[in-house]
Amino acid sequence: MRQAFVRFDDVSLSYDGVENAIEQIDLDIFEGEFVAFVGPSGCGKSTFMKLCTGLHAPSNGAVSVDGDPVTGPLKITGMAFQNANLLPWRTTLNNVLLPLEIVKPYRHQFRRRREEFVGWAQALLETVGLKGYEDKYPWQLSGGMQQRASICRALIHRPKLLMLDEPFGALDAFTREELWCVLRDLWEAQRFTVVLVTHDLREAAFLADTVYVMSRRPGRVIEQRAIELPRPRSIDSTYEKPFIDLVHALRSRIGDVRAS
Amino acid sequence: MCVQVKRFLMKRPGKTTERLAPWIAVAVLVLVWEAAVRLFDVPSFIFPSALDTANALVDYAGPIGRHSWQTFWTTLIGFGLGVAVGLVLGFIIGSSRFLYNACYPLLVGFNAIPKVAFVPILVVWFGIGSIPAILTAFLICFFPIVVNVATGLATLEPEMEDVLRVLGARRIDVLLKVGMPRSLPYFFASLKVAITLAFVGTVVSETVASNQGIGYLMMSAGSQMRMGLVFAGLIVISAMAMVMYELFAVLEKRMTAWAHRGQ
Repeated sequence: MRQAFVRFDDVSLSYDGVENAIEQIDLDIFEGEFVAFVGPSGCGKSTFMKLCTGLHAPSNGAVSVDGDPVTGPLKITGMAFQNANLLPWRTTLNNVLLPLEIVKPYRHQFRRRREEFVGWAQALLETVGLKGYEDKYPWQLSGGMQQRASICRALIHRPKLLMLDEPFGALDAFTREELWCVLRDLWEAQRFTVVLVTHDLREAAFLADTVYVMSRRPGRVIEQRAIELPRPRSIDSTYEKPFIDLVHALRSRIGDVRAS
Repeated sequence: MCVQVKRFLMKRPGKTTERLAPWIAVAVLVLVWEAAVRLFDVPSFIFPSALDTANALVDYAGPIGRHSWQTFWTTLIGFGLGVAVGLVLGFIIGSSRFLYNACYPLLVGFNAIPKVAFVPILVVWFGIGSIPAILTAFLICFFPIVVNVATGLATLEPEMEDVLRVLGARRIDVLLKVGMPRSLPYFFASLKVAITLAFVGTVVSETVASNQGIGYLMMSAGSQMRMGLVFAGLIVISAMAMVMYELFAVLEKRMTAWAHRGQ
């Protein structure tokens, strides 16, 4: 049997010591797997992210990533949020390069290998369609472009685990679908492990191998559903029956949760 | 005529007009000043006219130049000290929530003390002359710098911090890569305020405890009822302060263009 890349073993977390934000999370995420978490708002999805990246320690149970227990912030993760959070005083290129100034071992090689790193950044920016925008400042880019740059920043240090916290939540529907395809292509090419937290069931079904449905607070995983749709998936396929049925099934599951 | 005036007012002022506007305001003020003094026939030793003041500026150009140079460099040294101390203190206080909470009320309390009250103490310690002037300028101008730098650091968005923290960044990385650049606009904004305050500090100290500088010049001219010279001193001080303010305004725009993109 394959060894899990991310393992949650009966994990609970309570911020105030009274009520659990999430509880009894037991799951395995395999290397190269694309998983999505969906659930009603306030279900502890962001808490899950914090546990997974080591920004927060669990009150109960154990989290391990890549075979080692998580004790502090991991260095093998990249992260993108709902807001692009680009630094306004840096150009797009320098924003993308930021992780290389922080993460070991690159931080000590940054000066020496700068040209090589710039090459990495330019290649990444080109794959997300931002070629020619390297020297623009974030506020000169549209929201969709900022989010593309933010994804590049999350990937520049070649993380094994990519954490996405509703990264497309603030974008319009067309830009969002465009970025799904960007993310799909990046993942197909590099096969890093992805944990995506989202409210959007179509997004989860389109991108993920496995969708976890979470209950209301205290958040628990109430359903784990493998998405068997053939890859590579196209936007057109999201308007076909198997996809619609799948999204509908997930929708009714969330509906049950909200009604309960 | 009336239509022309209306049209002039309706038109959005052009670039040149906008640039000339402050000079026009100065000219209007001088004219009103001159006219008022003449109209009410105010004696020159009570309130000198603009012309009297201008005459004093020319007649005493030598002494005014010497004394304003004294004021200028003492102010700059005090200001330089204020920037150095303000930056360091602001960085320390702003980088820790505990220190921020602990020191902020103290700073506010200190700032509420009229700095002129320090001058006698400084005279006892250092004698009269340049040193009390420098230190008064320093005491009065470091506060806005500390507060702005500390606030810039302390109001760092947690999301920005998380971007670096998930990469395993240490606290010092976060401060240097995000905190410092982010607080730069606050810092430069505070420099504009601080430089004008530094002039206030120097002149206050000079009027009480010095035998050099514009403050001293005004004090002694006043005691001899040479009000033209007193007013000339006032004008020189505000001119110096305005020039320095503009200098730092330009510097601010240059250094932190990203924060002023809307303008």
